[in-house]
Amino acid sequence: MKIFINGKAYDAFPGEMVLQVALRNEIFIPHLCYHPRTGPAAKCRACVVEVENLPGLQTSCNLPARDGMQVTTNSEAVLQAQRVVIDLALSSGKHDCLACEQNGNCELQNAAYFLGIERPSYEFALEEKVPDASSEFVYVDRAKCISCGRCVSGCNNNVVNEVINFGNRGFHTKIIFDNDKLLGESSCVQCGECVQLCPVGAIIDKRAIGQGRSWEMEKVETVCAYCGVGCRLELHINRKENRIIRITGVEDSPTNEGMLCVKGRYGFDFIASPERLTTPLIRENGKFREASWDEAISLIASRFRSIIEEHGSNAIAGLSSAKVTNEENFLFQKFMRREVGTNNVDHCARLCHSSTVAGLAASLGSGAMTNDIAGIKNADVIMIIGSDTSAAHPVIAARIKQAVREGRTKLIVIDPKKIVMANYADIYAAHLPGSDVALLNCLMHVILKNGWEDSKYIEERLEGYEELRKEVLQDKYKPENVEKISGVPATTLHRIAEMFAKAETASIFYAMGITQHTTGRDNVWSVANLQMICGNLGKIGGGVNPLRGQSNVQGACDMGCLPNVYPGYQSVQDEKIREKFEKAWGRKLSSETGLTVIEMVDGAYEGKVKALYVMGENPFLSDPDQHHVISALEKIDFLVVQDMFLTETAEFADVVLPATSFVEKEGNFTNTERRVQKLNIALTPPGAAKADWEIIQMLANSMAAGWQYRTVSDICDEINQLTPQYAGITWERIGRNGLQWPCPTETHPGTPYLHKDRFARGLGLLRGIPFIEAAELPDEEYPLILTTGRVLQHFHTGTMTRKTPGLNNLAGPMVMMSVEDAEAMGIGNSEPVKIATRRGEIEAPAFVTRRIKKGVIYIPFHYKESPANRLTNPVVDPVAKIPEYKVCAAKIRKIS
Amino acid sequence: MYEEIFAKYSADKENLIAILHDVQNNHPQHYVSPEAINRVSEYLRIPVSHIQGVLTFYTMYSTRPRGKYIIRLCESPPCFLRGSESILAKLKQLLGVKLEGTTSDGLFTLELCACLGVCGNAPVMMINDELYGDLTEEKVVAVIKKLTGGEA
Ligand code: SF4
Ligand code: SF4
Ligand code: SF4
Ligand code: FES
Ligand code: FES
Repeated sequence: MKIFINGKAYDAFPGEMVLQVALRNEIFIPHLCYHPRTGPAAKCRACVVEVENLPGLQTSCNLPARDGMQVTTNSEAVLQAQRVVIDLALSSGKHDCLACEQNGNCELQNAAYFLGIERPSYEFALEEKVPDASSEFVYVDRAKCISCGRCVSGCNNNVVNEVINFGNRGFHTKIIFDNDKLLGESSCVQCGECVQLCPVGAIIDKRAIGQGRSWEMEKVETVCAYCGVGCRLELHINRKENRIIRITGVEDSPTNEGMLCVKGRYGFDFIASPERLTTPLIRENGKFREASWDEAISLIASRFRSIIEEHGSNAIAGLSSAKVTNEENFLFQKFMRREVGTNNVDHCARLCHSSTVAGLAASLGSGAMTNDIAGIKNADVIMIIGSDTSAAHPVIAARIKQAVREGRTKLIVIDPKKIVMANYADIYAAHLPGSDVALLNCLMHVILKNGWEDSKYIEERLEGYEELRKEVLQDKYKPENVEKISGVPATTLHRIAEMFAKAETASIFYAMGITQHTTGRDNVWSVANLQMICGNLGKIGGGVNPLRGQSNVQGACDMGCLPNVYPGYQSVQDEKIREKFEKAWGRKLSSETGLTVIEMVDGAYEGKVKALYVMGENPFLSDPDQHHVISALEKIDFLVVQDMFLTETAEFADVVLPATSFVEKEGNFTNTERRVQKLNIALTPPGAAKADWEIIQMLANSMAAGWQYRTVSDICDEINQLTPQYAGITWERIGRNGLQWPCPTETHPGTPYLHKDRFARGLGLLRGIPFIEAAELPDEEYPLILTTGRVLQHFHTGTMTRKTPGLNNLAGPMVMMSVEDAEAMGIGNSEPVKIATRRGEIEAPAFVTRRIKKGVIYIPFHYKESPANRLTNPVVDPVAKIPEYKVCAAKIRKIS
Repeated sequence: MYEEIFAKYSADKENLIAILHDVQNNHPQHYVSPEAINRVSEYLRIPVSHIQGVLTFYTMYSTRPRGKYIIRLCESPPCFLRGSESILAKLKQLLGVKLEGTTSDGLFTLELCACLGVCGNAPVMMINDELYGDLTEEKVVAVIKKLTGGEA
């Protein structure tokens, strides 16, 4: 289809608006209320044009292009009408451009410039409006608001936080937050979506005020270093001061479409923190002293060598990191396997999704999230179980909320806490931590009893069906019986089963609520069972979707930082595969499966592990049973920690190596939907800090490795050669939007969803899974169930987020408890209390709420001053070796 | 009170207007309180900001506590032409309040409204559900006196 703009022909796509065609072809038409991400609103009338055979002037933002249409954008009549609109907007607000943060980036200013408006010509008596500076990160100046409605649309339709709307009428119309509260007192989660969408300077980044105007800042794209969503960021940089001023979301990114969460957008203070390590440190007489790289590296090399000589290679273990790049993880495991000669390499995926990797690899043949983020909207029903999605994966939560808001998708939320996502759910069920297998078996029981399963799919694509039937059809999984185990009413269980099974396409999203149990692998497999019998795998919008916690936890697993597999999940015990790696690396490799995280700590405690090399991890706060971890760290002969900061773990180290942050290096992260995305260098690192890959290479070479990686892309090449899923994801190809593995060849487009037509393992494997209780249940002495997790504002052990004061102001330590329990114990809201388990005791303020069940308490694990993991139970899943962070017995007592 | 009102209406977003009406009329101070907004928001699953938007868009709702009697004087042109302005002045003087204000005894709140549909009797005011037409200053004094007296 063609349309004519000012007499020239342009191609137009079906459904495109005239304004869109013009902008795509670089023909400027002023527009204020239209934004590609909020769509046509037809509110401001700045975009008017003339169209042949249509009377008067037409708003082009909501005018569909039609073949042969003749549009004029530059006639005097058009320009005059536009001038009146822009002039009125300028006149009715406090548009003092010279002092405005948005100067140079303001769409009203651009329009005025384009139309040649020198100064506003109407003189209105303007009401005095006091700016709202109550929020930590978002600053609102209503005197500049032009009521375009983009923030309203963004907050309601994009991030679906539903905080902003218009209040009052006519001349008094203004944007309001909730029932006209100050922003800082409203339900705003400070995602900054409204900031990014506001065309003028009415909603801006508070901390960027006075830090420079848009044209003074250099822009570099990269990937967020926090959660596994992998949002693409645009960093706005002051080059002279080598510092980030603000961050925005990349609008055409398929992962986040411009959206970010409060951590990704505002939690960047750690990068310029004065606490960054700038030089290697060596412990001498119990104290750290500064050292040169040469000295530090040769010390490590010689200690490693003598330990290998004396105790063998398996006396050394390495913890890699879900926060560093694929290339760095690849080198780390290569170093451990080739230079040290052991498979003792693991990382904190052990603590979050090892049960996913184990459960899904066995049932489906691939241990990753099966589907993609963009496909979320294609589900008819979405079930969230054991994932506080809006806190831990906010931008995926936004996608799910969008789907629900659209009206097509129904939402089922199953979680012990009434999480924010429950507000959007059609059915919400609060189950007891640890009852997941019983609950999922019950759903399958109801489905099979009613014949709601997908028999054709079962017959053609699955095996093990009879065994599954035998297990789940037992009477103990009748809703009435599972009600007693899970605390979910039988009728609710029935409704969930029916809604879920009757959906054409249903997806399941889960996270640590499923995985962090002694039955973690069972839980995961049960999720897979349910999805298999309903025929929801191998299609767009369906799938089993484990949400990965850290920016590159998927990549760290893919790169073989696991004790049993090389990159690409190729088993170290498979002779053929070992030979392939031996040939590529020119060295004999160990066939013995190495130690997992927990086993390393135990090994150190027992004196079997003599040296530990920790890169970018903080087991002091992340591992269960802190007292045990501390004794292990104290006992170990030689501890090397490579990090940006002197973490709690690094305090125990013999040598500390300063590493760079994610904005100071290149490389790739693989997000939760298996998308490999590139990081770009934006800043220079502080002092002598080096990228992790450079450090590993120095160390390897001082142990005579003879490595010659000149750039990150050299490492990427080697990954392409040795990792079948990554074979086609070459450095040159990755581009801005990345590629999703498996991508076996250089012409393969990548794979948005797995198991289409055929499972990675051939047939999907169903298994009857008996329900087993958690390892430690409440008793008389410890009557409560303690479960742990994350909050929106903090990340993991807080080494990064806690350097941003605003995030600390928004969320501190707490123990969440039910109103019933609090009343019974006479505990008031925010009263400090002591929480104890068999392993230790901590103190935290009580957060008394109706959003948690009686008998259950919840503590976020980020805080070193109230470390939840002093309390947790280190028992592990027998196969996956993941600890049971989600259930243990606890008690609370008043302090006074 | 909320349970009773919600029992009358299904949790359908279309019932927002009616529910807000009932909520306001059942409140002794004739307004929709922040608590009420939260309750309605939970029941209908409509964001608080949206409800606030509706409440402040229509003049018939109030988000501030109001008096026992709400006086709503018509400000549309026919009433204006027949002297609503002097009636307004009289009311202000009698009650000692500004527009939108509530008397200190909590008895009266003074508001304006658009055409009440009985222009034949202009100028017109409405006190709660009762209409008073063909207003004169004397008539206004009498009505207020009666309501105050009845109360005292
Ligand atoms: S920051 Fe996010 S949640 Fe807060 S008002 Fe803006 S868009 Fe809404
Ligand atoms: S605050 Fe900005 S985005 Fe929101 S209505 Fe006003 S001008 Fe538009
Ligand atoms: S933390 Fe996760 S959701 Fe938030 S901006 Fe980063 S990648 Fe996106
Ligand atoms: S951009 Fe078209 S009316 Fe605002
Ligand atoms: S104009 Fe006052 S009642 Fe119609």
